[in-house]
Amino acid sequence: MLRHKSLLVSGLLLALPLQAETFYEMSGKASVDLRYFTQDGQFSGQNQNSNLSFALEPELYWEWNDGVDSLTFTPFLRVDENDSQRTHGDIRELSWVHAEDDWELRAGLRKEFWGVTEFQHLVDVINQTDAVEDFDGEDKLGQQMINLSLVRDWGIVDLYLLPGFRERTYPGESGRLRSGLVVKGNHAEYESGDKDGHIDTAIRWSHTLGDFDLGAYWFHGTNRDPILRPKVIDGETVLTPYYEQMDQVGFDLQATIDSWLWKVETIHRDSSSDTYWAAQAGFEYTFYGIQDSSADLGVLIEYGWDERGEEATAAVQNDIFFGARMTLNDEISTEMLAGIGYDLDYDSQSLIFEASHRIGDNWKVSVDGRFFSADDPSDLSYNLRQDDHLQITMERYF
Amino acid sequence: MTSLTQPIKSLLLATLVTLPVSALAETAEEKGLRISQEAKTSDLGWKDMQADMNMVLRNKQGQESIREIRLKSLEVDGDGDKSLSVFDKPRDVKGTAFLSFSHAVGSDDQWLYLPALKRVKRIASRNKSGPFMGSEFAYEDLSSFEIEKYSYKYLRDEACEGGTCYVIEQYPVDKNSGYTRRIVWVDQSEFRLWKIDFFDRKNSPLKTLTYHEYQEYLGKHWRPDMMKMVNHQSGKSTDLSWKSYQFSTGLTDNDFNKNTLKRAR
Repeated sequence: MLRHKSLLVSGLLLALPLQAETFYEMSGKASVDLRYFTQDGQFSGQNQNSNLSFALEPELYWEWNDGVDSLTFTPFLRVDENDSQRTHGDIRELSWVHAEDDWELRAGLRKEFWGVTEFQHLVDVINQTDAVEDFDGEDKLGQQMINLSLVRDWGIVDLYLLPGFRERTYPGESGRLRSGLVVKGNHAEYESGDKDGHIDTAIRWSHTLGDFDLGAYWFHGTNRDPILRPKVIDGETVLTPYYEQMDQVGFDLQATIDSWLWKVETIHRDSSSDTYWAAQAGFEYTFYGIQDSSADLGVLIEYGWDERGEEATAAVQNDIFFGARMTLNDEISTEMLAGIGYDLDYDSQSLIFEASHRIGDNWKVSVDGRFFSADDPSDLSYNLRQDDHLQITMERYF
Repeated sequence: MTSLTQPIKSLLLATLVTLPVSALAETAEEKGLRISQEAKTSDLGWKDMQADMNMVLRNKQGQESIREIRLKSLEVDGDGDKSLSVFDKPRDVKGTAFLSFSHAVGSDDQWLYLPALKRVKRIASRNKSGPFMGSEFAYEDLSSFEIEKYSYKYLRDEACEGGTCYVIEQYPVDKNSGYTRRIVWVDQSEFRLWKIDFFDRKNSPLKTLTYHEYQEYLGKHWRPDMMKMVNHQSGKSTDLSWKSYQFSTGLTDNDFNKNTLKRAR
């Protein structure tokens, strides 16, 4: 993997322009967040009820040939007060893009998002989850790739060659919001003899037909979701990830009709241990200019299903989600979001809320709350039942 | 009986007398439509446009905040324009990009690119009356002018900054518009807009937009360097200034798709 990375880096450096017509820009953000947990940790090692953390994510950007070629470098660093695993760095992006009229070549470490739904990103499969960042799976690690994108009248076709694999990150022993047994992410094992050097491939077609935006893909390679297996390391029982090979086809659709967004995502995953279908579907309806104000209120309902039912290793197998999104459309971009997830098999619930607004020109403050309730030890969210917390985040953009 | 038939008779007479005249002359509605069509036609042929937008938002207390947007748009024959905007300021939305295919009839197609998530989101375009980035400009104030979007009524001629102006009342066709009507001042020599009065859904005066410092591009396309919007109800205002206008640079459909949206910056 390191070898792959250094090859990519030297390739990118060769692509760097030497002529004078180069545009350079640096931007980015620094953030500090404080979490306060309302209860003591459930597991040994989780000794803290509050946690302070600092993160830095600059973005360096070069552009030349009148914007035909560009290079983006986005390193990321987090320093965490308590969890040594959460103190980590990543290259979120180090990629060169060459754009022609009806095709683009993109090479390097990149992030690619697929999908339409809000509460679960089922079809989003290219990047590994940076699970130590947060438990919601929204944060991703940069993935090394060569991506050729073709623009045709009948849609955009993306071809991906993914040389090498990123292992999922996990909270350490002193981290909150983790499983009962600590996952040793670096003791990973693989089905493929190439281990993390397997070259994955993917092809995706996406298109817009009137009110409909749709996409379909086939992915062949290392499953980003590992099977966690108990193992004794240094006299201590831990979980170690086992990454299988898989073939996955996925489909996503959004219909945008008046104030309605109708959304469906579905996948069929085929690996040695499992072959199954899963889907996430729902809608978002927005009330615009409520009470003759400038504020909009969006109401979301989604349902997540997994063919394997309670056997599923995924957190969502028969879950319903309700959400409300309030946007004030004011000068400071005040936004509020609340969501409730209800697991119909395990009777467990989670509640999240987020509120944010800008301060001055370059600052943003947000407050998040996450609350969990679970009674069944076989439910994945049982591990989080004592991890209710409030988080306040200050972000400085530059 | 007499009292009833008498007015009818005089009405008939009046109709007979004025009939030949009104067959030649236009109604106020026809005249309003004709002038608007002429104004639209006179600006056709700009092909594509690029410019930098700078907005200064001011609240009642005079506190300011800045928006910076770069805009590309493409003229589409027989339909609304295509446009791609990239936000530079405020910093927290830097890199956010907006792709819009506007349509003369029916709803526009719109996509938003969120750089932190690398996500392209199709968004509902129903929200015409909502504020653009917290400013006093609504989305509908910034979308391309299409004849089909309004019905018209010519009111009068009046002196204005651009000489003599036609004063025309416009009634939005779309039920989602935030306005019952707009009164527009357009000059007779070059069809430049000088002022628009906006009336809210209750038909109360809401906002006034004025146009300043017109420049002529390619010998026929007049564009203002400055547009000032004042909200009479909230006391807030937004100054929108335009810089670095470029026309007919050779943009095509291929500059306006989800791939260009993702790398727009």
